[in-house]
Order: sequence, then C-alpha cells, then structure tokens
Amino acid sequence: MDQQTQPLVAMRGISKRYGGVQALADVNLDIYAGEVQALVGDNAAGKSTLIKILSGAVPRDSGAIHFDGREVDIGAPRDAKALGIETVYQDLALADNLDVASNIFLGRELTLNGPLRPFLDLRRMEEDARTLLSRLKINIPSIRQKVRSMSGGQRQSIAIARSVYFNARVVILDEPTAALGVEETRKVYDLVREMRSHGLAVLMISHNLNHVFEHSDRITVLKTGRLVGTRRVAETSRDEILRMIVSGEADPLPAAGQREAVS
Amino acid sequence: MTMQLARANGAMARPELLGLSPDRLFVVVSRLVALTLLVVTLSILSPHFLTWSNLINVVRHAAPLFLLSAGLTLVVLTAGIDLSVGAVLGLSGCIAASLITGGDPVLGIAAGLGAGLACGLVNGALVSYAGVPSFIATYGMMWIANGLAYVFMQGEVIYGLPAEFRLIGAGFLGPIPMPVLIMFGTLAALHVLLHRTPLGRGIYAIGGNPVAARLSGMPVHRRLVFVYAMSGLMASFAALVVVARTNAADVSLGEEQLLPAIAAVCLGGTSLFGGVGGVTGTAVGALILALVLNGMNLLGVNTFWQAGVLGFIILVSVFADQIVGGRIGRAGGAT
Repeated sequence: MDQQTQPLVAMRGISKRYGGVQALADVNLDIYAGEVQALVGDNAAGKSTLIKILSGAVPRDSGAIHFDGREVDIGAPRDAKALGIETVYQDLALADNLDVASNIFLGRELTLNGPLRPFLDLRRMEEDARTLLSRLKINIPSIRQKVRSMSGGQRQSIAIARSVYFNARVVILDEPTAALGVEETRKVYDLVREMRSHGLAVLMISHNLNHVFEHSDRITVLKTGRLVGTRRVAETSRDEILRMIVSGEADPLPAAGQREAVS
Repeated sequence: MTMQLARANGAMARPELLGLSPDRLFVVVSRLVALTLLVVTLSILSPHFLTWSNLINVVRHAAPLFLLSAGLTLVVLTAGIDLSVGAVLGLSGCIAASLITGGDPVLGIAAGLGAGLACGLVNGALVSYAGVPSFIATYGMMWIANGLAYVFMQGEVIYGLPAEFRLIGAGFLGPIPMPVLIMFGTLAALHVLLHRTPLGRGIYAIGGNPVAARLSGMPVHRRLVFVYAMSGLMASFAALVVVARTNAADVSLGEEQLLPAIAAVCLGGTSLFGGVGGVTGTAVGALILALVLNGMNLLGVNTFWQAGVLGFIILVSVFADQIVGGRIGRAGGAT
C-alpha cells in the first residue's frame, strides 16, 4: 500500500449547504484501493454528509468526484452502485420484514433467464447468499429468517456482505460498530481486513480513535464542514489527531508526511 | 427499530415454521379456523346454507369484494391507504354501464377500466412525486370520483345490461361460476407478482423500510405509482363484476364499498403499518366477510345490526393479532 500515486476516488472541492448551515465547504478527499481510510471529527463535522454525497444519497452543491481517474456524475444511489461504490449505513438500511437473502439482493434481485426473465430466481439468490455468508465466515442460522429477529452484529454483517457480493470497489462504512458488542465488533473488523486484503478501498466513519488507529491506513479529520487534514496512521499520533479534531488546526507537517497530505 | 433493541432480541432468534414467524402463523391458523367454524356453524344453523345456489351467492359477493380489497392490499403493503377505492368503483361502474347499454360494450369496459386507472395514476403521482400523504390524496380523490359520478349520471339509473356482459358477474364456465374463476385467476396473478417479481419484493421493502428501499437504488417512486394505479384498476375491475351481477348501476354503486374492502384487508392479516401480509390473506378475509353477511341474512339478523357485527369482528381480529403479535413480537421486535 506504499506510495500509490493514483487514488481510486478523488473528491475535489465538495460543498454542501443545508439552508443556512454550511455542512461542507470545499472539502477534498482521496481514497486508495487496498486501504482503509478513516473519517473522523466532532459532531456536525460533515462526515455523514460527505459519505452521503459519495454514495449518491445526497446531492452536492459544487465540487467534482473522480473515480479511477475520470470525472463521474453521482446523482442517485444507483449511480454510485453502478461504479462499485457500496454503502453500509449506520441505521443499516435493511428491510426488517424481509429475510436475509432478500435483503442482500434488495433493489438488485436476480431474475430467471429467457422468457421467465420477469421473475425472481429465488433459488440462485438463496444459494449465492449462503455461499457468500460462508465465504465471509458470517454465521447466520437460516438464510430465510427475517432480519427483524437478528442481532445487531448479524444485521451489520448482512449489510456488509451485501456490498461484497456486488463486487464493490469502494465500501463506505458509517459507524460500523457503534451499537455492537466486543465480539461482534471484532467480527466486523475482520470483515474490513478481509475487504482490504482483496484490494477494496474502505472509507469508514468512526468515533472510536482506538479502532481508527488499529484498523485504518489513513485518517482524515473534518471540523464544521472544513477539511483539517489527512495523515497516514504510521506517521501520526493520537495526540496529533485529537488536536486536529478539537482545534480544527493542522500541525505543521513533518517533512516525511508532507507529500501525503491532502490540503 | 433501534439497533439496541435488535441486539437484545437477537439472542432469542425464533424458530420458524413453513417460513412463517409465530405471530404470522397465528394469523394464518386463526383465519382458517374462523373460516371452518363459520361454515360448520352456518351449516348446522341453517338448512339453506350448504346449498349450491347459496354458495354461489356467497362467492358472487366475495369475488368483487376481493378484487377491490386486493388492489387496496398492494397499497396497504407499502404502508399507504387508498380511501378512493369505493368511489372509483362507483364512477367506473357508472361509465361502463352507460356506454355498454348505449351499445358499445368494448368501449364501455375499456372506458370503465381506464377511468379507474386514471384515478389510480393521479393518486400515485400525488403520493410519490408530490409527497402528499396517501390518506389525504386518496380522500380528495374519493370526493372527486364521487362528484364526477353524480355529474356523469345526472340522477339517472341504468339497468338491463346485455347478457354477454352479465356473464362476468353472474355466468358460469362449465360448472364453475365466472366470479370464482376471476377471483382465483386474479389471486394467482397478484400472488406471483408479489412473491416472484422484483416489483413485488420492492412493494414489501417499501412498506418495511422506505429509506432502505430508496438507498438500495430501486425505483421507489415508480413502484408507488404502480400500486396506486393497480388499486384504481382493480376497483374498476370490481365495478364491472358488480354491475354484471346486479344488472344495474347508479351513483350509489360505490357507497358502502370502502369499509368492507378495508375490513377484508385487515381480516386477511395485512398490517396497516405496511410490509406484512398479502393477497391470499385478503382472499380469505373477503370470503369470511361474505360468509358472515350471508349467514346473518339466512338467520334473519336485523340489517340494522349487521354493520355493527362486522365492525365487531374486525376489531376482534385486529386486536387478537396485536396481542399475539405483541406477545411473541416482544421477542421478535414486531413493534
């Protein structure tokens, strides 16, 4: 993961205003394949807005998004998914009343071939869901169980598995472990490591700096809608990141980290 | 539902039977028991009940009620409501009857169905694109359709429809009454639509979690327009069957259709909160309602009491579902 010159996703000059509130002002963010990029900052820093813009859930006011070197137009969740940008939302975005397989294929159901094309391929969806979950070592008692009756960790795993199935190149995780227990949290980070080793780019919002330092490669700090700075985990410290979060001021960069910083 | 709740519940993931959670199983079993009890009791109480002609009479009433409430079921599954179904039935029936007796049955049927579809499309556009709450949008449409029926009919009463047309309400195909064929054909088609197509999946997803549905990238707006359009179309389909059965039409055709339709949906176990239920339940619900009405007529129950009895049955069924759903649901999160 050393010295990748070309970011997979480059967000440039992103701005967003909600009424009188400037949620984001001229923010840049680079995301690299095979890396975990953490997004940190206080409440109202603009983290959620930024990922919602990348995932197509919220339109941006200005700025450009480059994917794989070319400028792309992301105006709706479908556009992002078409590029391979998958999002796992904090509130999970699962339909409680549907079963595991239905949720994995939500909005992208597999259908039969030929003249039966309008109809669902229930068998293939179940088989693929089962294979996927066992590949990711996700333990779900039954693929036909309604998501409503599952634990937070199981639900989170299903939401992540969904993004993996559709050959995501970028996976966005919004507070992936906020409501999970210790063991479940560990499993989710196992999944994150798994995705990174498969060359996916992971963008993750977290409030837990321990998790961030343990599991990510780069940390980007936002404050009140502005970019404070980006640091490589290997070249920064908890103190520096904390100072950036609280003061909104970046320390003068040490010479080694200079070229990595996006400002 | 919050994640904390989900986690607390997840520890006791419940066994499922026939793909049904216990609270859903209760709905299915209780309705089948109710249906059986009704048939057995009425057979004992009235010698006229188990006769061919009476049973045909029951299904002739159940079929249009089912058509009307099946369309409504699609809307309710998305957590919406269509209050205009009765009025749309009335308007479509009047237009169709007028044109058919005027000598052009094909045009009459097409115009009747077209009127229903148009009302449904307007409802759908209002709810999905304009963001008007379905209760308000369809309440307005109810008055508009009703008003149009008055304008169109000018106080007229139409009766005496051609025999070929009357087949769909009162005819037979071999030994089987046409309304039965129509009911089961429609039931099968809608069941396949709901459970075997991406559109059907989407309808359940929208009712279960509209945000998740939108974020999944599915065309939520178009699917909402579809369910309201179907509800309008099914109401006009029901209108044709009713007109064919009664052999008459006037502005009162659509009166007293809305509440039985909602009742059939509720009795069928479809949740008014959306995402849970289906058209098979609605068919059972329509059958139960038709049997109860028929039974009360056979037993000479005063008509003044009949509406009250219906209301009582609906309240008991929904209340029982809530108690059972709540008791089991506390372990499963059916909040």
